[in-house]
Amino acid sequence: MTEFLMPSLGADMEDGTLVEWRKKSGDTVKRGDIIAEVETQKGLIEIEVFDEGVIEKLLIKEGEKVPVGSPMALINPDGAEVETKKETASKKKEDELQPIEEKAEQKIMEKSTKEIRIRATPIAKKIAQDKGIDLSQITGTGENGAITKDDVENAIVQKGEKPVEKLVEVEPEITGAQPSEAELYKMEKQPVEVKKERALTPAEAIRSAVAAAMSKSNREIPHYYLEKRVDMSKAMAWMKETNRERPIEKRLLPAALFIKAVASSLDEVSELNAIWENGLQLKNEINIGFVVSLRTGGIIVPVILQADSKSVSEIMEVLNDLIPRARALKLRSSELSGSTITITNIGEGSADKVFGVIYPPQVAIIGFGNITEQAFAENGMLGIRPVVDVTLAGDHRATDGITGSRFLGSLNKYLQNPESL
Amino acid sequence: MNEEEIKIIIFQLLKKIAPDTEPSELQPDENIREVLNIDSFDSLQFIVSLNEKLGIEIPEEDYGKISTLKSLINYLLAKLKSQLS
Repeated sequence: MTEFLMPSLGADMEDGTLVEWRKKSGDTVKRGDIIAEVETQKGLIEIEVFDEGVIEKLLIKEGEKVPVGSPMALINPDGAEVETKKETASKKKEDELQPIEEKAEQKIMEKSTKEIRIRATPIAKKIAQDKGIDLSQITGTGENGAITKDDVENAIVQKGEKPVEKLVEVEPEITGAQPSEAELYKMEKQPVEVKKERALTPAEAIRSAVAAAMSKSNREIPHYYLEKRVDMSKAMAWMKETNRERPIEKRLLPAALFIKAVASSLDEVSELNAIWENGLQLKNEINIGFVVSLRTGGIIVPVILQADSKSVSEIMEVLNDLIPRARALKLRSSELSGSTITITNIGEGSADKVFGVIYPPQVAIIGFGNITEQAFAENGMLGIRPVVDVTLAGDHRATDGITGSRFLGSLNKYLQNPESL
Repeated sequence: MNEEEIKIIIFQLLKKIAPDTEPSELQPDENIREVLNIDSFDSLQFIVSLNEKLGIEIPEEDYGKISTLKSLINYLLAKLKSQLS
């Protein structure tokens, strides 16, 4: 029997509210099927299933809030074998296509399932750890008996200590020394938690998710920054020529070319296509997160899966599909998770360059500024050319400037040879 | 189709792309993208929807000719006129 768990759609996600089951007990599911709709800080997300089988039991009722990693349904993998024998050939093909990383992620999920034998929300675990509270001694009052922040705080009170919220009211003393992680945690996390007591508006929820992820990044990741001016004459000429032959709805934007050029460069400089979790872990798939700014404020980062194996046109098609749905906060779980690097194109139309903040646990973010006409010297000649300032922020724990420099060199090479992409 | 009808279509399509704005308050010489904060992606969507609605295909090299409400209306009127003749 396989447990279907509430997936994590980012380092900052703690829980999601089940809005609707799309499948019922007895239904056969296959990899990629939408099993449920879940309300998260990133909007209403369609959650996909990564196992095959027959749904044995739905464990959660619609409307319930479910901590990340908690079981939501039981899936019987044997049930599928009986019903889907005739699909063996296509299943085999899918298995072949199943990326190694997915399996690795599954292992992580399995591990986390074991760890949450004592079910507790991440914040409850953190507070318990900080205050030396034994979770096994607490009876949870959350969904499925999960231990909540309130449960831990009650236990602290019973133990005779002031709950964390009270401690926050005291301004931390400025001693010149680095505050401990626990202090930082209280300072940064607590206001967000207090806000959560009432229902957040979508805009507030997104702001809070961005705040959590960016605070974590700034606290943990020693960034280094590099910049390269890239002559876009050839790329823009190529794009103009290509677009002339295309119907309007198939026209390309520079963003599609940037994404493809980044993916191709990562093939050459693979150290930047990685995550930092107990050391550097290189990723086989190149899944690029693309920052989409929301009109009402905040950002959302859908992922372009296996961008290196897609053509520029295919990437543009993905963007045409993803961006409007991202802005409407209507994305699927697989479209929000698994990115191995991020691109921000925020400079377009306004700022000339953007220095990004890495989205943990990734190790790099690439920033593309506005394409502007600039004086550009080459081979002893000065001319006016369309130029873009490309920046790279790298995690100095994972790589050094020389790696980032090699990457920007490779990116420049591809943008000078757009037809090769 | 007259100027006023074109204007109504433009406002409808812009409102769809930038629902938080009030396109009808645009001044004739204001830069549409700057005032309504429209990025290149939404700008392309707008041009696609203009094509669907009016049957006018705006080539990339003409993007510079349609940056304000006034210039866009004049451009579309001229294109419609040339289609008729």
